[in-house]
Amino acid sequence: MPFPALDLLRGLFALAGFPAAALSLTGWVTTQAPGDAPVPTATVAAGEFSFQQPGEFLLDGLPIANPERVVRFEHTIDIMRYQVSAADYGRCVADGACEAADAGRQVSPGAPVTGVSYRDAQAYAVWYSDVTGQSWRLPTDAEWAFVAAERFAGDPVLGDDPDNPAAAWLKRYREEAEKSRTIDAAAKAAGAFGANSKGVFDLAGNVWEWTSTCYVRATLAPDGSIRHSIDNCGVRIAEGRHRTYMSNFIRDGKSGGCASGTPPENLGFRLVRDHGEVPVS
Amino acid sequence: MFTRRQALLGAVGAATVAAALAATPPAAVASETEIAELPRERVNLVAPPFVHAHDQVARSGPKVIEFTMTIEEKSLVIDDEGTTLQAMTYNGSVPGPLMIVHQGDYVELTLVNPETNMLAHNIDFHAATGALGGGELTLINPGEQVRLRFKATRTGTFVYHCAPGGPMIPWHVVSGMSGAIMVLPRDGLKNDKGEPVRYDRVYYIGENDFYIPRDQDGKFKSYESAGDAYEDTLKVMRSLTPTHVVFNGAKGALTGDKAMTAKVGETVLLVHSQANRDTRPHLIGGHGDFVWEEGKFANPPAKDLETWFIRGGSAGAALYTFVQPGIYAYVNHNLIEAVELGATAHFVVEGDWNDDLMKQVEAPGPIPTN
Repeated sequence: MPFPALDLLRGLFALAGFPAAALSLTGWVTTQAPGDAPVPTATVAAGEFSFQQPGEFLLDGLPIANPERVVRFEHTIDIMRYQVSAADYGRCVADGACEAADAGRQVSPGAPVTGVSYRDAQAYAVWYSDVTGQSWRLPTDAEWAFVAAERFAGDPVLGDDPDNPAAAWLKRYREEAEKSRTIDAAAKAAGAFGANSKGVFDLAGNVWEWTSTCYVRATLAPDGSIRHSIDNCGVRIAEGRHRTYMSNFIRDGKSGGCASGTPPENLGFRLVRDHGEVPVS
Repeated sequence: MFTRRQALLGAVGAATVAAALAATPPAAVASETEIAELPRERVNLVAPPFVHAHDQVARSGPKVIEFTMTIEEKSLVIDDEGTTLQAMTYNGSVPGPLMIVHQGDYVELTLVNPETNMLAHNIDFHAATGALGGGELTLINPGEQVRLRFKATRTGTFVYHCAPGGPMIPWHVVSGMSGAIMVLPRDGLKNDKGEPVRYDRVYYIGENDFYIPRDQDGKFKSYESAGDAYEDTLKVMRSLTPTHVVFNGAKGALTGDKAMTAKVGETVLLVHSQANRDTRPHLIGGHGDFVWEEGKFANPPAKDLETWFIRGGSAGAALYTFVQPGIYAYVNHNLIEAVELGATAHFVVEGDWNDDLMKQVEAPGPIPTN
């Protein structure tokens, strides 16, 4: 991840996004009243895990692989078993609390909503909390990684050659080309990508999920501690087949700047039920 | 006259040959018998961005170079949303293949319009002289073929395209029916000082503007055949606002696995054609060492360009030696067209990094405060 300006540039030019027409989705709204059927949730047991932290990390002026960190969850995590569906999102739109998603290539109301930004996801969380009388929010990146378990991929590992920054760019370009070779971008029906070991469906399918975690760039001291770091909450982390960093207003992942990974095929989200404690990020 | 020249060609080196040819007035006319005595060479065309094997400097005198192109009407996917174009193609590819000959050669093209097609087609070579570039002599219906011969009198990169008359002309072109031919000087390319230059690789990038109709919901429509798409397409064409501007027939056609490759130290010739609309190629992080913007090698190349201009209806050529490894984006530097409409290709360039040319002296970090 050296020369982030180039990352940004490459994000822009790699598979440059095609503009999805911004159209009203009112046609999707079903007659079902809000909150009719509670969304199924999975309760993920409390626990501890070590995970690769999000962001960019520098040591001696050079980018290094994202360091691991041990994170402990004292409480269970109640998370939506499926990504928020187009139909559910449509109810928020009908209530005037959410903006219509980008039309994109939506297939059916049962499929996950796509073409939504971080800000759209936040608006939905507020609306959904309101209609259910419960407290719902986006998961943090650490929560998502813990829930995703074996489906969590993190950032691509760089084989940095300090004498040749281009080596890492070339390596990553090839890895991304490899990954994107066989992808069908159309959002599938809920459950199409199956459940993981914690009973949560469609993680790391072809819809990336917004998290509440901000992008951070940290410079490490020789002992591995963070010497200083800078957050940029204009960029949030979206999780999926690999971690990606997206400007919070982006709805079509392919045109999103600040992408250090392959652009996501689609952007969607799921929520966690808040227990009131400070979320582990 | 021809026999004298033929004797001359057999007796002297390539450089003299070119000089002799350049000095030959256009009126020099070879008879059918004389042409029949010329050696013939059959070339199998390859799909862009690749280019058929060829000599940069001609090894002998003029030849008749035989090409065959089969026209194929077919549905092509032109972006990652699965949008389809009812395409018309030379040899199945958009753009059609790059043909390479030397000045003084005769191009002999067999153009085939299989009966599986539905439309009449032809070919207009900007490199050819007379008969609307050959268009008047090559109009063929499905189930027909035709053979055209023209003499490559002028050096350079030239567009060819379908031009079957009236409103069919722009429609066939924006449906994919264009390509390019490169007529090399017999003694090869020269820099601005007239010194020979060579390339290690050559890529042909054809840029196309497409005009895909949308339905009431704003989604791109698909059609059973080109004919079905015609009326709607014409409306979009008349807006002069393309829905797609792409290289090699589709958004992303020259990225990822299909990115062009080179090594540090290699010299690459980029031939870029646009049969319909102006474009402005730019290699992000690189340059054009020698650029024939208009594509005509009789004019000295411009040097050290950042962006070059390819007029709609022409092909240009840029020569560049890569001196730094990495990923390069080769774009139409109308960046909206590059990023939003698709006109982006990539080069993957291997080699050793040169700190002298560029170095990140200080990694990003907080702004110091005192």
